[in-house]
Amino acid sequence: MARTVLWRLLYALPIAFGVSLVCFMLVYLAPGDPLQTVLPPDANAEMIEIVKRAYGFDKPLPVQFAQWLWRAAHGDFGLSVATRRPVSMEVGGALLNTMVLAVFAVPLSFAVGAGLGTLAGCAPPGRLGRALDRLVTGTAVMGVSVPNYWLGLVLVIIFAVELSWLPASGMGMGGSDGFSVLRWEDLRHLVLPVVTLALVPVGIIARSTRAAVLEVRGQDFVTTLRAKGLTEFAVVRHVLKNAAPGMLAVMGLQFGYLMGGSILVEPVFAWPGSGTLLGRAIVNRDVPVLQGAILSLALIFVATNLAVDLLQAAMDPRVRRA
Amino acid sequence: MARSFLSRLAAAGLLLSASAAQAAGVLTVAMTAGDIPVTGGNPDQGFEGFRFVATNLYDALINWDLSRADRLAVIKPGLATEWRIDPANTRRWLFTLRDGVKWHDGCPFTADDVVWNFGRYDEKAPQWNPQQFALSRAYLPNFDHAEKVDDRTVALTTKIPSSLFPYEVSFIMMTSRCRAEALKYDWAALASQPSGTGPYRFDRMVPHERLEMVPNAEYWDKARVPKQDRLVLLPMPEASTRTAALLSGQVNFVEAPTPDALPRLKSSGMRIVTNAYPHNWSYQLNFVNGPFRDVRVRRAANYALNRADVVELLGGVAQEGPANVPPGTSYYGHPVSYKYDLPKAKALLKEAGCVPCKVTFAISTSGSGQMQPLPMNELIKSQLEEAGFEVTLRVMDWNALLALARGGVETAPDVDGINVSRAVQDPINGMTRFMQKAQWSPKGGNWGHYYSEDAETLIAAAFNEFDLEKREGILTQIHEKMVDDAVMIWVVHDLNPRALSPKVQGFVQAQSWFQDLTPVTVAK
Repeated sequence: MARTVLWRLLYALPIAFGVSLVCFMLVYLAPGDPLQTVLPPDANAEMIEIVKRAYGFDKPLPVQFAQWLWRAAHGDFGLSVATRRPVSMEVGGALLNTMVLAVFAVPLSFAVGAGLGTLAGCAPPGRLGRALDRLVTGTAVMGVSVPNYWLGLVLVIIFAVELSWLPASGMGMGGSDGFSVLRWEDLRHLVLPVVTLALVPVGIIARSTRAAVLEVRGQDFVTTLRAKGLTEFAVVRHVLKNAAPGMLAVMGLQFGYLMGGSILVEPVFAWPGSGTLLGRAIVNRDVPVLQGAILSLALIFVATNLAVDLLQAAMDPRVRRA
Repeated sequence: MARSFLSRLAAAGLLLSASAAQAAGVLTVAMTAGDIPVTGGNPDQGFEGFRFVATNLYDALINWDLSRADRLAVIKPGLATEWRIDPANTRRWLFTLRDGVKWHDGCPFTADDVVWNFGRYDEKAPQWNPQQFALSRAYLPNFDHAEKVDDRTVALTTKIPSSLFPYEVSFIMMTSRCRAEALKYDWAALASQPSGTGPYRFDRMVPHERLEMVPNAEYWDKARVPKQDRLVLLPMPEASTRTAALLSGQVNFVEAPTPDALPRLKSSGMRIVTNAYPHNWSYQLNFVNGPFRDVRVRRAANYALNRADVVELLGGVAQEGPANVPPGTSYYGHPVSYKYDLPKAKALLKEAGCVPCKVTFAISTSGSGQMQPLPMNELIKSQLEEAGFEVTLRVMDWNALLALARGGVETAPDVDGINVSRAVQDPINGMTRFMQKAQWSPKGGNWGHYYSEDAETLIAAAFNEFDLEKREGILTQIHEKMVDDAVMIWVVHDLNPRALSPKVQGFVQAQSWFQDLTPVTVAK
C-alpha cells in the first residue's frame, strides 16, 4: 500500500509540471498583457521596457518558465504582479476561504445527492415509485442544468433583499481575518453561497448514485439476497455497499470542483475564495498567481483522486486485487 | 495555513453581538474595482483607485477642488500653496510648500520629502519601486528632475516648456519618506502601513476584501476633516452584487448601479445621484489605414449617431456627447455640432466614395468607464449601418483591448477604431495626448497616429503660453479643431450614477473622476 501511495505521489510530479507549462503557455497565447494592471493605458514604450525589466518579463518565455519552475521547486512561487504580495499568501488565503465553503457544501451535497439518488434507484415498482424516480431525476437534472450564478442571484434577491433573513455578500464584518463559523453573525454569510455551490454536485451525485444503484440492483446477487429472505432494508444496504466505489469516484471529482471554488459563484457573493482569485488573475493576466493557483488546484485534484482510490481499495476487495 | 484555518473555524465564541459596520457614522462603499486599490502611493484600478484610496490617504502638491457640483472640478493648492514658472527659465516650476503639515506617522512634511518623492523615478535611487514607477510615471510625461531651492520651495524642471505641467503634478501622490526609511524600503510592509498627509488615515485592510480608514483629525485643511467615524471600502465588481448589498443594508453607498436597477433602488428609498463629469465614451480612429483617413467618413460617422437613443438605452444616466469634452469645460468653445443628421451622413459617405463603408471596431465586454459596452456598441453598429457603414465588432476582454490600444495602430492595422473610454479632465488627458505626433503610439495615447500641422502649432503654443487667460483661448481653438477634424467618433459622457442609502447625507457629487467623501455623514 505504501508503495502504491509513493508511486501515485511521484505521478503527481509530471502532472504538476504539465499543468504549469500549459497554464503558462495559455496565458501568453491569449491576447493581453500581464503588466496591464500596473501600467496606465498611455504608458510609453520606454516606460514599459523599464517595468518589464523590473518584473522580469523582458526575458524569453522559456527562461521565464524555467526560472519560475526553479523557484517553485524551492517553495517560492513569486509575487503577484497586481499586489506584490507573495503568491503563496494570495493562494493560501483564498484556498482557506474556499475550504470554509467546501467544509459545508461537501457534506450537504454528498448527503442530499446520495440520498436522492438512492431514493430514486430503490424506488419500488408501480406508479408511486415511478413518480418518485421522475421527481428525483427531474430535480437532479435541474440541479445540473440551472446556472449556479443565476441561482445565487435569485437566492440573494429572495433571502437577502426581499426577506432580509441573510446577508447578500462577503464574509462578515471583519472579512476573512475575523471570520469564525462559531459566530452566527459570520455563519449567516455562508448559507447562500454554500447552498448555491452545492446544487451542481447534488444533481451530479444524485444521477450517478441512481445509475449505480439501479445497475447493482439488477445483478444476480440481489435476487439471491431476496431469495434468502433478507428484508428490503438489508438488501438496500448490500446494494449501496456495492455501488459505493462508483459513487465515491464521482464524489471525489465533485470535491475537487468545490475546492476550486467557482469563478462564477464566488464573485456573486463577493466571497474571497479561489474562484474569485482565479477570475481576477485571469482578467489581470497575473501570471504568477494563475500559476500558483492552478498548480495548487491540480495538486488538490491529484490528492483527492489518490484518496478516492485508497478508499475504494479499502471498501472493495476487487479494486485491491486489480 | 492549517492553524489559520482552524482559527477561522474555532476562533471566538458564540458572540451574537450587534454588527458594527452599520453603527453611526460608518460610510461603507461598494466600489466597482475588482480589488482593493494599491495603498502605498499612486494607486492601481484607474481613477477609482485615486477616488477612494489615493486622494483620501494622500495629497499631491496640487489637489482637485471637489467641493462643488455646479462646475467642472479645477485644480487648487494642495501641499503646495502656490506655484509659478521661473521667470528666468520656462522649463522650471517653483512650488511653495505648505507650512505645518505632518505625515500620518508624525514626521514633518519638508522640501526634502518632495524631492525624495520625485526621486522615485530614478532606477538607481533607493526609493525606486517598480510598482510605484509603473503607476505614476506615465502621469508625468514632461518631468525631468526635482531640486530643493530652500526649506519651503522646490523646483521641478520639465523636459520642454509646459504651462500644463501643474495638471501632471496633480496626479502624483506624496508619500512619507520617514515611513519608507523606517520600514527599510519594504514596499509590501508599506502597503499595510501607508503614511500620507491626506484627510484619512489607514486603519486596517483585509487583502482583496476591505480597506478601512479613519479620519485624520489633524488634517491641515480643517474644512475637510472627515465627518464620518470610519470609511470602509469593499471591492464588488459585480453590479448585481453591489445593488443587493445596498438593498440588504450591507453597504450604504454604491458606485455605478446598472440602469435597469435604478427604478428598484429608487422604489426602495435609495437616493440616486448623477452629475456630468469629464468622461468620454468614444472611438479612437485609425489614421494610417482604412476609410477613417478621410475626414468626410469620420464626420459621416459622427452625424450618423442618434445619441439620444443611446442615452435612452442607458436609462438617462448619460448625456449626449457630440464633442470631446463636456459642454461645461472652460475650453469647450463653439465646436461643429454633430447633431443626428442621417441624410448628411449618407451624402458624406457617398461623396467620399465609401459605400458600403466597411469598418472594424475593437470593443470590450466590460472595463473601467466602458459603461454598457455590448448593448451600446450593438446600437451604434445599427445606427452606423443605417447610414451606409458595414460594421464588424471585434469583441475582446478589457485587458486585451488595453494591450491593443497601447500597442498602437501599427500592431492592429485591420482595426479601424478602438472603443476605449477616456478621462478628459485636463487638457493633456483630454486633448493633446490624442492629437500630438509626439504621442503617437506606442509612445503615447495617440493610438491612430492623427497628425495635423495646425494642431501641432496650436498645441505648441498652448504649452508655451503661461498667461492662463491667453492659454484658455488657445485650448479652445484646439478643442474646436479636434471636433472639426472629427478626430474621434464621440457618443456620450457618463453621468456616473451612484446610489446612496437615505441615511447618507452631505455628499456633493463633483464634476470629476475624483470625489470628496469627507463631508458625508451617516445617520444613526
